[in-house]
Amino acid sequence: MDVLALLADGFASSISPLNLLIVLIGVTVGIFIGAMPGLGSVNGVAIVLPLTFIVPPGSAIILLAAIYYGAMYGGAISSILLGIPGASTAVATTFDGRPMAQKGEAGLALIVAAVASFIGGTISVLLFTIFAVPLADMALAFGPAEEFALVLLAFTTFVGLGGDDILKTVVMICLGLVLSTVGLDIISGEPRLVFGDLPGFYSGISFLVLAIGVYGVGEVLYTIETSRNAPMVTPARLTFGELRAGLSKMRGMWRTMSLGSVLGFFVGILPAAGATPAALMSYGVAKSISKRPDSFGRGNPEGVAAPETANNAASTGSLLPMLTLGIPGSPTTALLLGGMVMWGLTPGPMLFVEQKEFVWGLISSLYTANLAAVLVNIALIPVFVWALRMPLSVLCAMVLVLCIVGGYAPDQRLHDVWMIAGFGVAGYLLRKADYPLAPLVLALVLGPLMEKSFRQTMIAEHGDLTVFIERPIAAIFVAISVLLFALPLIRALRRGRNGSSRPAPAE
Amino acid sequence: MLAADRLIALALMAFSVFVMWYAQRLPVGWEAETGPGAGAFPFWLGLGMLAASGAILARSFVTRPHSGETFIPDADAIPQILGVVGLLLGAIALIPLLGAYIALMLFLLAYLRLMGGHGWLLTGILTLTTPVFLFFFFEVTLKILLPKGVTEPLFYPLYAMFF
Repeated sequence: MDVLALLADGFASSISPLNLLIVLIGVTVGIFIGAMPGLGSVNGVAIVLPLTFIVPPGSAIILLAAIYYGAMYGGAISSILLGIPGASTAVATTFDGRPMAQKGEAGLALIVAAVASFIGGTISVLLFTIFAVPLADMALAFGPAEEFALVLLAFTTFVGLGGDDILKTVVMICLGLVLSTVGLDIISGEPRLVFGDLPGFYSGISFLVLAIGVYGVGEVLYTIETSRNAPMVTPARLTFGELRAGLSKMRGMWRTMSLGSVLGFFVGILPAAGATPAALMSYGVAKSISKRPDSFGRGNPEGVAAPETANNAASTGSLLPMLTLGIPGSPTTALLLGGMVMWGLTPGPMLFVEQKEFVWGLISSLYTANLAAVLVNIALIPVFVWALRMPLSVLCAMVLVLCIVGGYAPDQRLHDVWMIAGFGVAGYLLRKADYPLAPLVLALVLGPLMEKSFRQTMIAEHGDLTVFIERPIAAIFVAISVLLFALPLIRALRRGRNGSSRPAPAE
Repeated sequence: MLAADRLIALALMAFSVFVMWYAQRLPVGWEAETGPGAGAFPFWLGLGMLAASGAILARSFVTRPHSGETFIPDADAIPQILGVVGLLLGAIALIPLLGAYIALMLFLLAYLRLMGGHGWLLTGILTLTTPVFLFFFFEVTLKILLPKGVTEPLFYPLYAMFF
């Protein structure tokens, strides 16, 4: 088996002492970030991204992926102990995690969350290993027309499946794409949108600046506003007896966990979906197939296991289109993609041909990160419980210092730090007004690829737009895009017929 | 919330018009050699943004979404948010003058003591140890020099020691 040989090679690199250490640091930082209310994987990766210059690119992406993974584990900790989710991906975990903690079963809930995350992560990494090569092989046949149609599909998924206000999603996609055109034109080399000929704009707007702005500074402002009354931390004890009892209790949950894992993986692959809807869907499925559906919401451990398997599985699933097609499945994977571009690696099918060592090193590190995360999580639960008592103002001050210095470090320009502050305030206001931020960041990352592929196609075809429906793969993508774009309109029409005209609620 | 929704939509419309006007400094139509002109992409995207934000504004008069909600529900949070933004902008403005270390120390001092209401011990420890950590992490480990402003001469002995 070719895949097994490649994976074995990958393990040779991912279990090197440096990479193992990086995985351990990454998952620990990730669990901490995920556990702190207001910070999630996307904020964690955005804030830590500039610091990854310290290690080679291969190890840097492993570090970020480990943080991503750790954050998925950590999100459950504050959901259970504080009753407020560390990140939106752990919202569904509060439904039963919090009642369990209130009944004095916080330790059991934390064990169920950790083990379920491990199972979700492991099943989805296996699925990832199986699907990665065929998908990359298929994508090798892609030309510029297919690339453009694929990016279009990624954006329309946000419109059709994102669940946010459609008009606001479209505005954010356009805004992100406009920001991606700042700087020198890729074909003619002429400066464009260099507001007032400021030299800082000539090299364009780095996605890092936007990400640190909206997910770092913006999130701090949002947290200050929403978490002013600090909630009480529920004390959690964890003994070997509880661990054993937890593990034996989980034997009866295999159906919920395997369903959650598979569902999470496939929902994670869809660009707009990601871990939050995957977790909510998995919770819904677990409740509907349960023999005691009324016990959900009252402290049923299955209600913790279902979303935790799914959110971990979805986080792995969202890496699949990012690595094989160059299309990120979630805001966090958009940051990972931006990071790879920054380190000179081009995500997409060619990565599997030209950078085999990197790809399989990363895939194998997901196995080690998953194992490390479950062990670190269970071992350090008392430390994370203690850390949750940290005053919010100390956390916010530290995050802001990191945003300033981390934003300055990559290009050493104060211009970028001013931009971070500007994007932070703008991001906070836009978020308050229900404008979704994920399409904005994704559009900035995908903008150059979209423009390049469109212009290349137009030059080759002498401006003939029918190429997008003449080439079969591009035509399929365009057809699905049109369908996804029409979906909210159809829904709105149906609602209109039923007498309601309210727009879709945000998130 | 309704007023904020309209104001933000108007601001986005104004930005779209500015982008469209600015994009026209470069060719927006079809160029014989290079296909779509360099200004075409930002121009049409600006138009798309203008149309969508215009529709949001128009919708706010028809369906009046979120009209019962307030933009910032907790009024006590407003001075805090403005304070944090002010401190942040102040710190960035001071960086070229006083250098990153002094600016960030002042920022931490003001944030932790005034906004956080923490005691002198915690404030002092964090204010003094954070710049030391930043120096060793960024300058010594990563070889990324942070701006020093007028404090540059104070760092010469440290440069001699670590580089």
